[in-house]
Amino acid sequence: MNVRSDTVADPAIDMPEGAPALLSPTRPFYWSVRRELWENRALYLGPLAMAAVLLFSFLISTIHLPEKMRELPELPPEAQYERVLMPYNVAAGLIFIVAFIVGVFYCVDALHGERRDRSILFWKSLPVSDRTTVLSKASIPLVVLPLLIYPIIVVTHLLILLASSAVLLAHGESVAQMWARLPLFQLWLAVLYALTVTALWHAPVYGWLLLVSAWARRVPFLWAVLPPLAIAAFERGAFGISSFGSLIQYRLVGWFTLAFSHDPGISAGEPLADLAPGKFLSAPGLWLGLLFTAACLAAAVRLRRYREPI
Amino acid sequence: MPCIEASGLRKTFGTTGTTIALDGIELRVEEGRILGLIGPNGAGKTTALNAILGLTPYQGELRVLGRDPWTERERLMRDVSFISDVAVLPRWMRVSQVLDYVAGVHPRFDRAKAEGFLAKTSIQRGRKVRQLSKGMVTQLHLALVMAIDARLLVLDEPTLGLDLLFRKQFYDTLLNDYFDRSRTIVVTTHQVEEIQDVLTDVVFIHRGRIVLEHSMEEIESRYLEVMVHPEGVAAARALQPIHERQLFGRSVLLFDHVDRQQLAGLGDVRTPSLADLFVAVMGQGAVQ
Repeated sequence: MNVRSDTVADPAIDMPEGAPALLSPTRPFYWSVRRELWENRALYLGPLAMAAVLLFSFLISTIHLPEKMRELPELPPEAQYERVLMPYNVAAGLIFIVAFIVGVFYCVDALHGERRDRSILFWKSLPVSDRTTVLSKASIPLVVLPLLIYPIIVVTHLLILLASSAVLLAHGESVAQMWARLPLFQLWLAVLYALTVTALWHAPVYGWLLLVSAWARRVPFLWAVLPPLAIAAFERGAFGISSFGSLIQYRLVGWFTLAFSHDPGISAGEPLADLAPGKFLSAPGLWLGLLFTAACLAAAVRLRRYREPI
Repeated sequence: MPCIEASGLRKTFGTTGTTIALDGIELRVEEGRILGLIGPNGAGKTTALNAILGLTPYQGELRVLGRDPWTERERLMRDVSFISDVAVLPRWMRVSQVLDYVAGVHPRFDRAKAEGFLAKTSIQRGRKVRQLSKGMVTQLHLALVMAIDARLLVLDEPTLGLDLLFRKQFYDTLLNDYFDRSRTIVVTTHQVEEIQDVLTDVVFIHRGRIVLEHSMEEIESRYLEVMVHPEGVAAARALQPIHERQLFGRSVLLFDHVDRQQLAGLGDVRTPSLADLFVAVMGQGAVQ
């Protein structure tokens, strides 16, 4: 791609007049990602809105907080941690889900929208290759979105901590009990791990959506979703089996059982002890999925070369 | 090195290749020319431009600035700009974002120059493209393209849907502030009359073939149009005009390669407009 052509000096083309500075090969990629963020503000507004709703609902729920904290010592240790950590886990989980939904809708439109509004002709008039474009679009759900929602989750956690501490102090309660059962830094490392795991695990979903987005002339969302559903319905109706259906289910939620040990012996106060990267990395489903992703992206690059406005 | 060199350029559509869009184009465009590619709808103009821009694969030989546009497209796009009709700037983008983005990805974009062009318009930096009028979008696109130090500029119907004032301004700006002998411009349009004075060369394309290819000087020296006196019609027809039409009840005959002196006696002699020549040549093509 541009790596080669950028570094090889070409005296015949790079004319002396106004000798343009050679751009680093990462610049088109960087600007392509930036323009995706300009165009798709839902990528960060969606998770931010979810965080706002969560905080608001948490604030309302703090009415019962002092009472809940008073009961804490009476519960078994496991349940104590669970009770304290619950709002933090719910916040992280819901922001994850919103990010996934936003990523799905982003991918469905990423290579279709530019053909629909004819702007593909403008993008193609600039020296940015199809590969750079498709990779920059793929990097949005795989890299950029996790990097965007990580600070959102951390800040949401801090605000929850701040709000609950303030409520407890206002009621004359001690915050020590709550803080002692809040392994926040471990939790944040676990969130980082979960973000990496889900990005890798869902990569084939995004890859497939980008491929359909590059291919479909109309209604890319339906083309992306209905055929897999139809296959699942067909095999179930005709043969009473659900191998394809469970494959889809595995692809959507399988990461959860693979990436964490779910060992009941592990203390709930140790979020890091629950991580099972070895099990996750040795799952063939991960590597087959990444292979499938690469194939989808390669096909999307090729399709975009031939694509015209619709 | 010629700017564009095509030989046996073919392009077919459909699974069996039944629709022939380009049927063996031979074309050579030297640097520093302004070429008008003129033809009826479906003649293959846009297909030819798409091949030149590396937007579509083709058969035959094609070199643009010495490169194969299909395989070296990305490298080529640093030296080639194009406007492929006015409505392609992304509507969600702010003017400032368009400038930022092009400055970010294009090594030959001179942002100060683009800002200079924009300063002469009423386009505000904070506006979104969708909030601009069609004429303003064209001005914006033109400002971008003129600030790119390209060696080939391709314009496909650049003024489609614009009112007369903007169309005139478009070509004036292009000629005065952009064009010089080191650049080449290829333009297609339906409005033949308005680019007539801009072009240095003209190519008529019909059904995927080039039916006429001349410099404007050649056209002036070769083709003559005579509004014939009624009594001279028979004599004029004997000189084998390539086209005949009626205007205000008089016959207007168009000649190729006939001596001006010979025609002067038959009526008022003048150089035909491109539009008239187009009708004459295309009429011929239709008969063949």
